[in-house]
Formats: sequence, C-alpha cells, structure tokens
Amino acid sequence: MIISVASGKGGTGKTTVAVNLALSLNNIQLLDCDVEEPNSHIFIKPLFRRRDPVFVPIPVVDQKKCDGCGRCKEVCAYNAIAITSKKVLIFPELCHGCGSCTYFCPNDALREENEEVGVLEIGRKDGIEFIHGKLNIGKMAAPPVIRAVKKHISREKTVIIDVPPGTSCPVITAIRDTDFVILVTEPTPFGLNDLSLAVEVVRKLEIPFGVVINRSGLGNKETDKYCQKEDIPILMRIPFSKKIAEIYSRGGSIVKSLPEYKEKFQILFKEIEKIVSGSNKAGSN
Amino acid sequence: MKEIVIISGKGGTGKTVIAGAFAALAKDKVLADCDVDAADLHLLLDPKIKESHTFKSGFTAFTHKKYCEGCGTCSMVCRFEAVKEDFSIDPISCEGCAFCSLVCPKNAIEMRLNTSGEWFISQTRFGPLVHAKLGIAEENSGKLVSLVRKKAKEIAEDKSYKWVVIDGSPGIGCPVIASIAGVDCAVVVIEPTLSGLHDAERVIDVTRHFNIPVKVIINKYDLNCDITERIERWSKDRNIQVLGKVVFSKAVVKSVVEGKTIIEYSNNKVAKTLSDIWKLLERELAG
Amino acid sequence: MKIAVSSDGATLESNVDPRFGRCPYYIIYDTESDDFKSVENKSGQAAGGAGIQAAQMISDMNIKSVITGNIGPNAFRVLSAASIGVYSGATGSVKDSVEKFKKGEYKQTAGPDVGSHFGMGRG
Repeated sequence: MIISVASGKGGTGKTTVAVNLALSLNNIQLLDCDVEEPNSHIFIKPLFRRRDPVFVPIPVVDQKKCDGCGRCKEVCAYNAIAITSKKVLIFPELCHGCGSCTYFCPNDALREENEEVGVLEIGRKDGIEFIHGKLNIGKMAAPPVIRAVKKHISREKTVIIDVPPGTSCPVITAIRDTDFVILVTEPTPFGLNDLSLAVEVVRKLEIPFGVVINRSGLGNKETDKYCQKEDIPILMRIPFSKKIAEIYSRGGSIVKSLPEYKEKFQILFKEIEKIVSGSNKAGSN
Repeated sequence: MKEIVIISGKGGTGKTVIAGAFAALAKDKVLADCDVDAADLHLLLDPKIKESHTFKSGFTAFTHKKYCEGCGTCSMVCRFEAVKEDFSIDPISCEGCAFCSLVCPKNAIEMRLNTSGEWFISQTRFGPLVHAKLGIAEENSGKLVSLVRKKAKEIAEDKSYKWVVIDGSPGIGCPVIASIAGVDCAVVVIEPTLSGLHDAERVIDVTRHFNIPVKVIINKYDLNCDITERIERWSKDRNIQVLGKVVFSKAVVKSVVEGKTIIEYSNNKVAKTLSDIWKLLERELAG
Repeated sequence: MKIAVSSDGATLESNVDPRFGRCPYYIIYDTESDDFKSVENKSGQAAGGAGIQAAQMISDMNIKSVITGNIGPNAFRVLSAASIGVYSGATGSVKDSVEKFKKGEYKQTAGPDVGSHFGMGRG
C-alpha cells in the first residue's frame, strides 16, 4: 500500500506524521518527495549508500547541421529557443524537455543531452528503506525530481510518501497513483483555509483520504465542524505539547521519546487499511 | 519606495503572522500576498475586494473526438503521460507543449488557453492588498506571483507609498524566486528546529544566487534555546543580521483565530518585539 | 543606424524603462534620419523567457544597439549572439538618452546587470 502524507499548509506536521508512522511499522519504504526542502532525513538519520543525479533531457544544437530555418523556435511553447544571425540559442532553464524541437528539426541538428536538475539519496536506518530527492539550487522544476524518487517505489513494502506543502504541480506529482492520502492540519483558521484547498485537490484525484489534526487544542473547533460537514474521517489527533515541540526541534521522533505513541500510529495505519480495503470492495469513495 | 519580502524555506514558521504585524506597523504601504498556492494573509486583513481578474496562463491540449481516428501518435510523443487510453487529454498532467497537437495527422488536438487562477486588488484597514488564488493543480510557474508583485508595485508608485510588504511562499522554486526578485530585502523567518535551520539555509542559498540582501528573524525562539544560539552563530558567520528573536506565545494563535494581527490583539512580548524589529528594519533600509 | 530604447511609454518624452524584457514599449530610433516609432512589447506577458522573446524581436528588426536600464542574462545572450551592442544603466527620458548615445556618452555593457527574473524592476 502507498500512503501519501500531505497538507495544504506548510508546517502543520506532515513530516512528523510521515516519519513517526514509518518508525511504528514494519517493512517500510519512506520516500521524501518534498524535493525543494526535504527534511525527513533529519529525523530518520539514514546511512546513505547511494547518490544518483536526476537528469532532464535538454536539446543541444549542432551548428554545422543547422541552417537557421527556425522550425525549432516555432514549435517551442516555452520561449526556450531564440535564433539570431542564423544561430540557435537554447535556454535550458525554460525547457520542459518535451522533445518537440528535436523531432521537428528538418536537418537533424538537435540532439538531447542530460542536464542535472537534482539528486536522489538512498539509504537505510532502523529497518526503513529511505529515499529523498533534492532539487538543485536555482533550478526551477520539482516534478522531474519527484518522479525520479517515485520510480523507486517497491510495491512489496508499505510505502510512505512525504509530500511537499501546497496544492500545485509538485503536490499532484507526489500524490497521484497513491492508495491513500493523509491530510495533516492544525485547528486554526490558516490550517482550515489550506485544508479545504487540499481536500479539493485530493477529491479531483479521486484518492481516499482522511485528516490528522496536529497541535490539537491550540486553535478553535472549526476544523472539526468542517470535517463533520464534509464527511471526512478524523483519523488521529496529536495534542499541542511543548514536549513534542521540543522533541521535534532537535530532530527527535515522538515514538522513540514517548513510546505510547507507537501504538497510536499503528492504530492510524489500521484505520487506513480498513478504509482502503473498504473502498476497494465498493469500487468508489 | 522599498520592497520587503518575508520568506522562510520551511512552511509554518510564522511568515504570515509577521507579515500581518508589519502590515499593522508600517505606514504608507501596499501589501502583497505572493503565496498564491495557499494564500492566508487575507484571513488577518479582512479585505474588501475592489477588482477581480482572471489569470490565464499556459495552454492545455484538448482532443476533438469527432476528428480523432485513434492512431495513437499523440500518445507516443507525449512525455508527460497526459494522453489517456481513449486519446482524450488529462488536463492535470498536460504541460501544454503542443507536441501532440503538432503531430496529429487529423488536426484533432486543439491547444486551449487555461484560466489558471484569479487575482484581486482589495482594500483593508491597513491599506491596499494585492492577492491571488491559483487554481487547483495548476502549474505555479511564478507568473501569477510576478503579476501580484507588479500590481502592488504599480499601486505603490502611483500613490507614492513608502513600502511594499510581501508575504512569500514556502520552498525554493519558481514562485519563491518570483517573489524575491528585485526586492530591497528578504526577511527570512527561522524557527529553532533542525528542519527550520536546514530549510532556511537552502532558501538563503537562493537569495544569494540572485544577489538579494537578506536578514533573519528567529521566531518561537524559546522552544529550543540551543538551536536558537546555533542560528545566531550561523548568521554571524555569514554576515547576516538577526533583526530579533520572538518568543513562542499562545496569544499568537488566539489572534489568528480572531482574525487580528498580533499588534492589534495584545501589547504582549511578541507585539513589542515585532514592533522593535520593524523600527530596526525601517532604519536599516532608509539608506 | 537603428537603435532601440526600452520605454515606459510610446513617445520620446517617455522614460527609459529599467527592465529590458518586461517594459511596455520600445522606441525604435533612426539616428541618421531622426525618425522614430514605438513598438509594443508583447513579451512582457510571457510566463518565462520574456527577455529572450523581446531580444528575439529586437534582433529580427535590424537594430544595431539597445539602450536600457537593466538587462538579464538570457536577453543579453541573445543580443550578443546577434552582435547588437547593449548600453545599460540609462535613466531619464528616451529623448535625452538618445542624445547621450549620439554624443558617445554611454559605455557599452560587457555583461548582464541583473540575475534572471528581474522583471519586477527596482523601486
């Protein structure tokens, strides 16, 4: 089963839930897809044994074969190609790697070369197989790095994906084709505002989901009311606690410092299993 | 006229609360919420929308079934897995490259301009606010962020305001780059956690990459004084000014629940610290 | 020769716009005949590559030099490839900047002034 842990708002506790859930179960793969700011590794502290660069194919022009016809520039949808004095200039940071220009060049003057946009690091700790992706500084697009992380999904394990915050492209890339989405929120107006946006996204993708309320007790009751009205299961509440905040701040995990939480996360997992197998039977959600 | 953006790398550090405080403290300013993916600043400012506009950006392919003969060439060339089994296009995956449209032998695929969001100019009790809402699953290329910035700047220039205060977004990608480009100062809000420091380092690398001046605020500093010290040393080593340290306070959450900035809610330590920070920032940027 | 000035308006009294890629207009000035015309910059609305598109348009118009406030690395690269001289750091009215250029008061710019994404300009 593949579980993604997401949140409309940043800082609600996605990584806290993903990491502690992973540490409470067996046969786990933890994939950190928050490639702009990955930080699950701070809590898991894996021993990294492999480092794979992530490449995106960028066209390169052979000026000898090029006659400056301009067909490549015509077909490029992203202004990544300019032609002056019959010389073709490619702008890699605008290129989406669609392959169109290379295909349409009548003189075979374009070929694709790999440009590094990020890196994957793979390791293990505490029986967890750990993979995260890091987008290189100054590079723009997260999705290719996220897709590279997800290529490592092992269907024989329970896979937990730490998703970037927000509701745009990178989030969709991380959440799609997973079996269940945990939406982590905090019971405040900011949390609720962003939760409702995240709910729209997950409903569009037609994946079963449920909510975990973090820092419960510090805020108001509107989030509870919203979930009731929308028929969204509240799977777990983690109370606001300075102790938990302190554990998190130094990179510790709740289940190691407060062992009673291990069972709570295991119960969370069982709830998710129930919902997923229930919806599989029903064929809809 | 000076532009200030508040960013953090990591989400949830208190950007929007601090932007709200600056909104209450700064005189003669325009506010801009550049977190177009998950905008929250309006929850503190109670904006009255004066203008709303649709934002169109990028194209999405659309198959006209009556011309399609099912040859599947579109599916063969698409690198984004956007062509479904029945040769219709999945708008969520489509990146608008138009390759399918160009190769289709029956011209059955049309490229349609997307309405990908909305942007607004509103009036608040603290002055004008420019904000936006990106559509669900839309590409956050930074273009909408750039538009919000442009409009805020135009209003500031038009009315000779002194400041543009920008609430930025988490991360280090395009939208963040668009919110920091050309500002006079990027204020990075760091929480005293290992994650917070790690993520702040990455976003500060981005500000350096684009030559943007940067300063730091340590928020909720008493949650871990060791890491706070570490952040102070780290900033000193890099010649980055720490504008101030703000204590953790439950009153902040209460102020958010009531839809008020912390400055209006209470004259507590947080409000005092932020007030001092703003005065310092004003002095530093006056030159 | 024909030169292009990035401008915030359509006349010679308009000011030099500090952003090469996202200015609203270019004033195309013929330094021999003193004729001029204004050209709208449609690239200003581009999601990405505004500088590239603008520079592409300028290079297709047989222009020898560009006067502007700031220019980014992508646009600079296109103009250099087209052997178009770039003179940045200009301020004031378009009319004044053309006079200064004719008198040789501007130095040619060796590289881009600003990082990419500078389209928001400076306050």
